[in-house]
Amino acid sequence: MTILVIAEHDNAALAPATLNTVAAAAKIGGDIHVLVAGAGASAVADAAGKVAGVAKVLVADNAAYAHQLPENIAPLVVELAGGYSHILAAATSNGKNILPRVAALLDVDQISEIISVESADTFKRPIYAGNAIATVQSSASIKVITVRATGFDPVAAEGGSAAVEAVSAAHDAGKSSFVGEELAQSDRPELTAAKIVVSGGRGMQNGDNFKHLYTLADKLGAAVGASRAAVDAGFVPNDMQVGQTGKIVAPQLYIAVGISGAIQHLAGMKDSKVIVAINKDEEAPIFQVADYGLVADLFEAIPELEKLV
Amino acid sequence: MKVLVAVKRVVDYNVKVRVKADNSGVDLANVKMSMNPFCEIAVEEAVRLKEKGVATEIVVVSIGPTSAQEQLRTALALGADRAILVESAEELNSLAVAKLLNAVVAKEQPQLVILGKQAIDSDNNQTGQMLAALSGFAQGTFASKVEVSGDKVAVTREIDGGLQTVSLSLPAVVTTDLRLNEPRYASLPNIMKAKKKPLEVLTPDALGVSTASTTKTIKVEAPAARSAGIKVKSVAELVEKLKNEAKVI
Repeated sequence: MTILVIAEHDNAALAPATLNTVAAAAKIGGDIHVLVAGAGASAVADAAGKVAGVAKVLVADNAAYAHQLPENIAPLVVELAGGYSHILAAATSNGKNILPRVAALLDVDQISEIISVESADTFKRPIYAGNAIATVQSSASIKVITVRATGFDPVAAEGGSAAVEAVSAAHDAGKSSFVGEELAQSDRPELTAAKIVVSGGRGMQNGDNFKHLYTLADKLGAAVGASRAAVDAGFVPNDMQVGQTGKIVAPQLYIAVGISGAIQHLAGMKDSKVIVAINKDEEAPIFQVADYGLVADLFEAIPELEKLV
Repeated sequence: MKVLVAVKRVVDYNVKVRVKADNSGVDLANVKMSMNPFCEIAVEEAVRLKEKGVATEIVVVSIGPTSAQEQLRTALALGADRAILVESAEELNSLAVAKLLNAVVAKEQPQLVILGKQAIDSDNNQTGQMLAALSGFAQGTFASKVEVSGDKVAVTREIDGGLQTVSLSLPAVVTTDLRLNEPRYASLPNIMKAKKKPLEVLTPDALGVSTASTTKTIKVEAPAARSAGIKVKSVAELVEKLKNEAKVI
């Protein structure tokens, strides 16, 4: 068996989610190849070659792949697919965008967001916003799978010495083009990789009040997340949303501030090791999953917490 | 231009689902069913395109049991012009659904197909992308803004680090994110009018599509329960517990 892992990157750096995906591939067993499709992504290829457990890195360097447009990347993956038993990608917005297109072109079902590998053809994945865990078995000749990063401990980023091989195939479907992007700038750790996450909800009342969470987060070295209510109210940008339809996090410590705890939010954070809830409503559902709950006004509790940590 | 919208009948998002005792699935008997929230957003976007004069006809399609006619009637009440139900009693995987939708696309020749980005039951997030692959269309997934101009559509997408805008040649497939729009409520007169709008029923066989699957569900379990912890009285106690008991800070 040989497994192809599609690298997640921005042409400059390999994203940490790739390391979790390689970890899932290692659990399946077999040689692991990593595909780096991008433009001017040689640094990413070098980084991928150093990842522990990777046997080979394939680099498709072409302007058509610069922005991960699925119309161009999917045919490339399909062309390479013949030699592989499994094709894996992280369940990031890129992985979710590209892989179903690959699966359909290969005429196989795709398995989304696996959280564990039971055997080479059997996997577990959450359904119904994480309220049920399905065990699914695939008889497809090529198994196409996205991996939930928080379900697998990342492999080491150093220690491997894989050969890097260029792939000349250029696919430009000419159906789509990149216009521009607006990326949120932040010095804090990435939400999905942070050890501590501080999240705010509707209880924050406005965007300005999030600055209390930012100062607390900076003291803890934490990332800041938000509930859908806070995002929809315009307090913070939507890439901070934690939940079924946002990001899935599983940090060591998750501090939910002014978040009631709807099932859609819980779906994104209930695998955190320790959950702390700060809410003035004693009946809020978040207290049913919190290891430590504090019934208090967040505007008093947060500054005090910041002083004490 | 003609817009095709796909909608799915799913368990209502407020329902706390229970896993069946025999681990064969989730118990959906006597549970409230609704239109998938992302599909509602897809219908709303199509209706807004019609109100702007961009779309001329909205065809709404669902693949599912006979009872999915309720969700199609809802879409008609929201402003769709006619409906197609591809009736299938068994639950189908995304690829089978995409193949059936592709057959409907071949029949209807829409310029734009709008779907939700994922169904809140299977949480797959696959069908739109698969339909785009099968039809050869470009795809604009997780859309928070859609602007049609001439033979192109500009789609602003929600990506991990923020937003990305792509320009797609029509025909194209767009999948909706929550922030694309706020769906309207159907008014009573519109619900009454929707009853008179045409609803065609087809079968996978009639469309010549095989719904065979390469994936089977072996079992469905409840997730490991997370029990409630303790309530602390003060911030000082919280910090003390986090430092000495949980050892996370």
